Amino acid sequence: MLYVVIIFLWASILLYLLLGGADFGAGIIELFTSSQNRTQTRKILYRAIGPIWEANHMWLIIAIVILFVGFPAIYTTMSIHLHIPLTIMLLGIIARGTAFTFRHYDAVVDDMQSVYNRIFALSSFITPLFLGIIAGSTVSRQIDPEAYSFQDAYIFSWLHPFSVAVGLFTVAICGYLASVYLIGETDTPEERKRFLSKAWMMTCAAVGCGGLVFGAAYWEGIPLMQWVFGEIWGILGVTAATLSVGALWLFARKGYNNILRVLAGFQVMMILFVATYQHFPNIVLMKNGAYLSLLEHKGDDKTIQALAWALLLGSVFILPFLIYLVYSFQSKEKEEAPVYGDV
Amino acid sequence: MDDFIAARSQMALSLGFHIIFSCIGMVMPFFMAVSHYLYLRTDHIIYQNITRAWSKGVAIFFAVGAVSGTVLSFELGLLWPTFMKHAGPIFGMPFSLEGTAFFIEAIALGFFLYGWGRFNPWFHWITGVIVGISGLLSGILVVSANAWMNSPAGFDYVNGQYLNIDPIKAMFNAAWLSQALHMCLAAFAATGFAVAGVHALMILRRQNVLFHRQSFRIAAIFGCVAALLQPLSGDFSAKDVAKRQPAKLAAMEAHFKTEKRAPLVVGGIPDVNGQKVNYAVKIPGLLSFMAHGDFDAEVKGLDQIPRQDQPPVAITHYAFQIMVGLGMLMMAIALVFGIALFIKKEWLRSKWLLTLFAWATPVGFIAVEAGWTVTEVGRQPWIIHGVMRTADAVTPMPGIAYSFYLFTGVYLSLALVTLFMLYRQIKMVDTLYDLPTGIKEAH
Repeated sequence: MLYVVIIFLWASILLYLLLGGADFGAGIIELFTSSQNRTQTRKILYRAIGPIWEANHMWLIIAIVILFVGFPAIYTTMSIHLHIPLTIMLLGIIARGTAFTFRHYDAVVDDMQSVYNRIFALSSFITPLFLGIIAGSTVSRQIDPEAYSFQDAYIFSWLHPFSVAVGLFTVAICGYLASVYLIGETDTPEERKRFLSKAWMMTCAAVGCGGLVFGAAYWEGIPLMQWVFGEIWGILGVTAATLSVGALWLFARKGYNNILRVLAGFQVMMILFVATYQHFPNIVLMKNGAYLSLLEHKGDDKTIQALAWALLLGSVFILPFLIYLVYSFQSKEKEEAPVYGDV
Repeated sequence: MDDFIAARSQMALSLGFHIIFSCIGMVMPFFMAVSHYLYLRTDHIIYQNITRAWSKGVAIFFAVGAVSGTVLSFELGLLWPTFMKHAGPIFGMPFSLEGTAFFIEAIALGFFLYGWGRFNPWFHWITGVIVGISGLLSGILVVSANAWMNSPAGFDYVNGQYLNIDPIKAMFNAAWLSQALHMCLAAFAATGFAVAGVHALMILRRQNVLFHRQSFRIAAIFGCVAALLQPLSGDFSAKDVAKRQPAKLAAMEAHFKTEKRAPLVVGGIPDVNGQKVNYAVKIPGLLSFMAHGDFDAEVKGLDQIPRQDQPPVAITHYAFQIMVGLGMLMMAIALVFGIALFIKKEWLRSKWLLTLFAWATPVGFIAVEAGWTVTEVGRQPWIIHGVMRTADAVTPMPGIAYSFYLFTGVYLSLALVTLFMLYRQIKMVDTLYDLPTGIKEAH
């Protein structure tokens, strides 16, 4: 049953990265869109993410609940030593969630809109940046449970080149996911072209940030090369991801939008796989050589069992419902007449 | 500011903020379901307008409630890591189920908000009902986790070790039912009164009277029924607390000396050093009756509880007085409304009744905050009653005071923006939902 819980943990992180990531990416794209195209971009964006938006950060909550119920030692170590980046990420989530809702539901359309927009776009950048920083910190061996000074215990645990590089990489991936996703939502060839060039820009950004991650790892003595290329699975994962980027650009010319989405999702999945596979089951590596392992630092057996059943039961209820939600708004939006419920 | 006090204040602030949004988020869908039902039955556009206007309010409150809830799931660890390290695996069960319930709520809300005109109307209606039911379920589950802190169950505490963990037993602890019942009714009463109050105010201002009159009626009925049932659940809770947490009950009542035929202390200023209450009205024997169902029963006082295990008496006592006082007030208003509804129908059109409701707008939520203060402050100094002290659970990170100031600023501005949004929603009712003159005259 422990593995059921671990799979759910991994899957919810992946889904948060994919769905939440595309959602963050939409804001990132807005940040990098010239002002004359912004309104149109926003419209496309809202139509695409609006209906499933409410469900997106649930994946993060599920991952967190799995951690604190099933692996309390891991959850508490992270909460203590990564307190500051977690807090900043939370502020980002608050700002983003409320700005998004407010700009859509504000009954009066006036200057406030530009305030909401600015907050939305900025927090869309900050939240994944710090998510990435947190993820990078867990494996960078900078968390020091024996630290004496405030800086060593609570600042340098996360503020170092590798983590920041992972943060930037995460931002780039989010932007990439969103731009690929939105290619299929465009109405005119010009828009399509615009999003294609965005996607290309984001691909370059992701590759560049990926380079940064490797550089920072080398500089800090983190054996990232060995983690990624040390074993056959890592090499296979990277090869598959690289090939699918090529395939993506081939299909992009021909206009198979759904294949593009699947390929982009597949790439992110491969990245997460490669990033977590090598040091599994250890998910937090600390300065003194200690580590926190999913297999060792787990809750009581009975708790894991109950948690696994709760998750299985939950997905029986949630998945069909969620798939139907996505399906019904996907299939109807093209032929959509003005809907009387929309503002 | 002391880090420990800062951590407690930040937690109190976050929960105090979240509780309002989650109450509204879990109750409003039921109001919507009623007006939506009336629309589908009568085909009268006004009910559709009410449903749509309310659903926008729900979307705003749901989003703010969802993000503040996300923040809370992190704050538990950020502020109380030692607590979560031990408690997580024991009381986490309701949280994992709540994840499911909340997820379903979010999905159903997606269907509901974007589903106008896209689905079979009754399917659309049912998605709205599911929003309400799953919201209510999440509320009950979260309260059950809180109840575990008041009445820990599902483990054996041996030499500092937490053994024989049983998460199901922990979930169905002794306090869950009384607490969940009290919270749900409180949510209905508070939201009902708040919504009815806003609409009453708009009727008094003679704006879109027809729209606001129907909305007022639906909200007021929900609020009043809950306000009438709440004293029963309160009685159930009092007896339960007397049994499980005598220290909390004693602090609520500022009951210092153990005695038979204990009086109910109304109001007054507790004097902890002098072990007495000044300027209070005392009703002989009533506390014994409320706690144990017998006027002569003995009620344990604070004198039987070691000083270091006593909760802060003054805050708990004042909060309890506020909660009960406002609860009584709401019950009285509910009775008046009941008379108006069934006997004196002309009252419904009277100015004074509407004025009464308009003034009562915030009353329910003040009572909710006060009641929550009673249960949380009354639990102190324990974070897990009788097992772990709150002071031992706090994070080792210094400087929490700054985090508290930061979150205070954030929550304050969020509250202001939400109020601003609401004000703009209500202001726009004319433009968005005004009826064509023909229909107006027909009514």
